[in-house]
Amino acid sequence: MLLVVEQFLNGLQFGLLLFLLAAGLTLVFGIMDLVNLAHGSLYMMGAYFAATFAAWTGSFLLGALLALGATLVLGIVLEMSALRHLYGRDHLDHVLATFGLILFFNEAVRLIWGPAGLALPLPAWLTVPVPILPGIHYPAYRLAIIVVALLVALLLYLGVMRTRIGMLIRAGASNREMIGALGINIKLLYTLVFGLGAALAGLAGLMQAPILTVQIGMGENILILAFVIIVIGGIGSIRGAFLAAIFVGMIDTLGRAFLPNLLRQVLSGAAASTAAPALSSMLIYLLMAIVLVVRPEGLFPANRR
Amino acid sequence: MKAFTVAKAVTALMLAGLVLLPLYSSMSGNIFILTLFTRIVILALAAASLNLIMGFGGMMSFGHAAYLGIGGYAVGMLAQEGVGSGFIQFPVALAASALYALVIGALSLRTRGVYFIMITLAFAQMAYYVASGLARYGGDDGLTVYKRSDFSGLINLSNRTQFYYLCLACLFVVLLLIWRIVNSRFGLVVQGLRSNEQRMQAIGFPAKRYQLVCFVISGMMCGLAGALLANNTDFISPAVMYWTRSGDLMVMVILGGMGTLFGPVMGAVVFLLLEEFLSQITEYWALIMGPLLLLIVLFGRGGIMGMLGRAGRG
Repeated sequence: MLLVVEQFLNGLQFGLLLFLLAAGLTLVFGIMDLVNLAHGSLYMMGAYFAATFAAWTGSFLLGALLALGATLVLGIVLEMSALRHLYGRDHLDHVLATFGLILFFNEAVRLIWGPAGLALPLPAWLTVPVPILPGIHYPAYRLAIIVVALLVALLLYLGVMRTRIGMLIRAGASNREMIGALGINIKLLYTLVFGLGAALAGLAGLMQAPILTVQIGMGENILILAFVIIVIGGIGSIRGAFLAAIFVGMIDTLGRAFLPNLLRQVLSGAAASTAAPALSSMLIYLLMAIVLVVRPEGLFPANRR
Repeated sequence: MKAFTVAKAVTALMLAGLVLLPLYSSMSGNIFILTLFTRIVILALAAASLNLIMGFGGMMSFGHAAYLGIGGYAVGMLAQEGVGSGFIQFPVALAASALYALVIGALSLRTRGVYFIMITLAFAQMAYYVASGLARYGGDDGLTVYKRSDFSGLINLSNRTQFYYLCLACLFVVLLLIWRIVNSRFGLVVQGLRSNEQRMQAIGFPAKRYQLVCFVISGMMCGLAGALLANNTDFISPAVMYWTRSGDLMVMVILGGMGTLFGPVMGAVVFLLLEEFLSQITEYWALIMGPLLLLIVLFGRGGIMGMLGRAGRG
């Protein structure tokens, strides 16, 4: 029981983290029609910035805030210097150009921070276990991730659905020429959206940093997961990304936790322990394949044109 | 059509260079260059196979490295189990690649555009994780191929020059095949489907079936490259299938010129030589390579072949 609740929360936490990453990706994809493989690099940069700033300032929170700002700025600079020129080009061009950016970022990090990973230590008040149910404790930090991510998701929802900027963003997603013709500065809007996406990726990276080590290439595996999520959820749909992210987070975590034991029921011990990790990694891709075969547009296609 | 163009001249020079390379290597005693070019020729073969579906068929596969792994693992696993004969290993590699291509092609071709890019990527990642889970065959660490494929005296793969020429011959045969396919009725239908699928379907062509056959052919060609690659490195690991490998192959195709016969070969030669050259200057070669890719995408439309074509006209 204890294990089930704990793994369930872990799955929720991982899913919400994935949502932060996928939300930025799906916004950029849905609105600018840009496939951004370098989104994972922004996630990585968020983690590196946080580790560095936290070491400088000596405060975890201050470091995290500074890192958030830094990734926002980095995203805006990236959009204005390079990615802006890719709008309206073939998707293949996007894949290639942002693939180049990944190479660049990985190498730049190696140059600046060195090949060894960094650690981002947590302040003491975040490491204590918190009782959530009678007799069940859960790490405060993971709980904090869940709360922050849910808050961000709520803000994002309100921002996109209830504010003027959000209205413009949605309008831009459905017809970019028209809102340009209506006198909206579409360039600025795109830059803002990209910056927002970058900040979300950075937030995901810096929140994940204390749990895993901060290292080169950390953004790549999780980027693929984020892509899987937006494809399952339907490209451009934030609601779809949210649901798919929770789903994928759960499957990944619960699969890793319980599949080895389940397999041991049917297979011999040795075979189960070798097959289980591969199978649980495959589960998500299997899910995506099934979704795409049944509903090629994803579960919640954002806008049918 | 002009008889002489810059693009043709450069292509001919490159091909002649590839054929004569072992001569240079043995005269100068530079063995390293032969090893390097064996790798280049093998990856050129893989890039050419990707070009068949991407350039001519309009199917943007982001999971082509999976076939490199499948072909390689077919050789590695059979060698591990004591089946050393190339006459068994290579057909098995081709058959396994074809089977994989058939299954994932049938599923993936239900989608298009970005979804197709992503689903092929997802399947390749699946293949990657399967290979990582093969504890009997080294799992994550990979599998050493202790003995190269044995073609019972016909050709000796352990001889550098013979192996190089085998790879080059495979490349030329594959290019010839692609040329024949592209200019056949089948190839014209596939290219028609790239331009306008609805129209082709309205004329009465079963679109998916044509694309699937093309997809399988391409997969088999890349599986061959995989089998050669395992022989070249005497080693196969899941890393061969990692998604950045698929990205590398895409880069080679686009760098050289998508949808041209010799473009991918040119792309592979330039990309891998550039990588080699930059990594000798600085440890941080990717710092230059990354932005270079970005610039090529932004300004070099049509890749090297496209630029050569413009130079010839200008």
